[in-house]
Amino acid sequence: MIRYIIRRLLISIPILLIGSILAFFLVSAAGNPVAELKAKPGTTPQQIHDLEVSLGLDQPIIVRYWRWLVNFIQGDWGQSIALGQAKVDIFSSVMRALWITARLVVGAEILAIVLGVVVGVIAAVKQYSIFDYLATSSAFLMFSMPIVCVAVILKTYGIRFNNLLESMGMDRWLSTVSPASGGFQGSFGHQIFQYTGTYLLPTLSLTLISFAAYSRFQRASMLETLNSDYVRTARAKGISQRRVIFRHAFRNALIPVSTLFSLNAAALFSGAIVTETVFGWRGMGFMLVQSIRTFDPYMLMGWLMVTATLVILFNLVADIMYGILDPRIRLA
Amino acid sequence: MPSDPSPVLNPLQPAALGAAIPTTSEFDATKARKQSTLIIRRFFRHRLAVAALVVFLLICAFGFLGPLIWTVSVEDTTSRGYLPPSGAHPLGTIQTGKDMLAQLIVGTRLSVQIALVVAIGSTVVGVALGSLAGYLRGAVDSAISRFTDLMLIIPQIAVAAILVRALSGSWYTVAFILAAFAWMQIARITRGETLSLAQREFIEAAKASGAKTRWIIFRHLVPNMIGTITVNTTLAVATAVLSEAALSFIGLGVQSPDTSLGLIISENYSQITNRPWLFWGPFVIIVLLSLAVNFIGDGLRDAFDPRQTKVRA
Repeated sequence: MIRYIIRRLLISIPILLIGSILAFFLVSAAGNPVAELKAKPGTTPQQIHDLEVSLGLDQPIIVRYWRWLVNFIQGDWGQSIALGQAKVDIFSSVMRALWITARLVVGAEILAIVLGVVVGVIAAVKQYSIFDYLATSSAFLMFSMPIVCVAVILKTYGIRFNNLLESMGMDRWLSTVSPASGGFQGSFGHQIFQYTGTYLLPTLSLTLISFAAYSRFQRASMLETLNSDYVRTARAKGISQRRVIFRHAFRNALIPVSTLFSLNAAALFSGAIVTETVFGWRGMGFMLVQSIRTFDPYMLMGWLMVTATLVILFNLVADIMYGILDPRIRLA
Repeated sequence: MPSDPSPVLNPLQPAALGAAIPTTSEFDATKARKQSTLIIRRFFRHRLAVAALVVFLLICAFGFLGPLIWTVSVEDTTSRGYLPPSGAHPLGTIQTGKDMLAQLIVGTRLSVQIALVVAIGSTVVGVALGSLAGYLRGAVDSAISRFTDLMLIIPQIAVAAILVRALSGSWYTVAFILAAFAWMQIARITRGETLSLAQREFIEAAKASGAKTRWIIFRHLVPNMIGTITVNTTLAVATAVLSEAALSFIGLGVQSPDTSLGLIISENYSQITNRPWLFWGPFVIIVLLSLAVNFIGDGLRDAFDPRQTKVRA
């Protein structure tokens, strides 16, 4: 198993390397960070040239890529070169944004998987019951909803709920803006109050979207397993319904769902970008939009490399889960 | 055909599979039936899918034929901003004084156009690459599969946003960019199907009779995968509608003078409390659109593969 993981990680190095070349060309071709300065009246060509030289933009792209790569591997991800902004260190700001986003995404994804699997299994076991119809149709609805709308609606009703709380003489609970930078203060009870209030709505909007996909997938896969021959055999042997469902069907029905885990990674990222924009969190999504707006090439490279690595890790985790759930698939 | 002494299923004529299922009365069993007729008949028996098809066509009619009935120009900014709904402006006006209904009509049309271009474009590319990889195998397969993996590791929304910022925010640029990063899924599915189909006897027979690769792929492989391909295309339409909305929402998708449902939502969502009609109008259309397409996809899946039929709510 450990050998398998090491081998997979080693294989992903050349993939990341080629990916970084493509990304670098894409980012460089996308726009020139000094273009906005050129458009500004009153700047002499000499000033622009000096700026380009100081940023290294006068070099050919191969040279720039090589310089970036050497520094990147050594842990120096460069500095933000967006004009009019402080030259922040990219590594630390990407990691800070990643930490903010991770707190949002990890919780939402775990909730979505657990809820989705549970609801999907119940819907399949009680096929055509009222619960099944409710779960299936709400999953279908959530599946077809833009996450923008989910987040906006949740935010609106969150504010109304707060107004209601306030009119009843209580504190505003649900936060619709980014978490306070200094962490949560006050007594333990108050901290929990703040914590839940801050995370509830963004987590909920991300959870709802992923939950729809998981429960749909789990229901279909569970139905297929329940209708298979070996489950019928197990029933015919007189094994209790409970044991058939949990020992025989459930475990096998989880196998296809584990592939959804890696497929869902991309959806999760775009969901996080939108959710962060709606709720004003300064995570990876905010950072992406900001650096695209200012054509900040090294910042974008840092962002793309981190997300690419995460997607590869997601795939690896999905494959390991696959191997654990299905011993026929040898991971060696 | 059932009177044939040796009823060997002829894979070159998939109609034989359908004919084996006694779906119709004895009366017209004598008529020659094409598989397409059977599929269409099965699709139309799926009531929800038919309703979804009607909704989809209505939305398209709203977008494409709407300008004939509602002749207020989208560009007309003579009215005051944020007028409430009235006879002159059934859905009020937006901040710049433009008529909301006219905006919605254009937005719907462009959103549908983007979704269709993305779905068809990504299907064509995905099917071509996937079937080539699955049929030729070896080095071609490795190259295409590794390239697919590579494209999958960078989030589509990020690359699309970068390219939109670099190129332009017109609807067709957004459509082509989204299509360029949406074919990987279908390429993988097609490759898998091709790998198993290519082992079958009819492909061997075609090869033995000297058919060229292109002929085999387009005349033998693709027709046998048409069910999977069609279902995935409809699902791609729904995904494209939602991707476009997300992209336009972060301000890196369709840009003025073009508009889209996603852009309309992002321009007006702050008004959800004070002028709810500005938010709920585009919201209802976008949800109906992707719901309808998903239901159509479900109906098509059941129609193409009756073994999988699952009645759902």
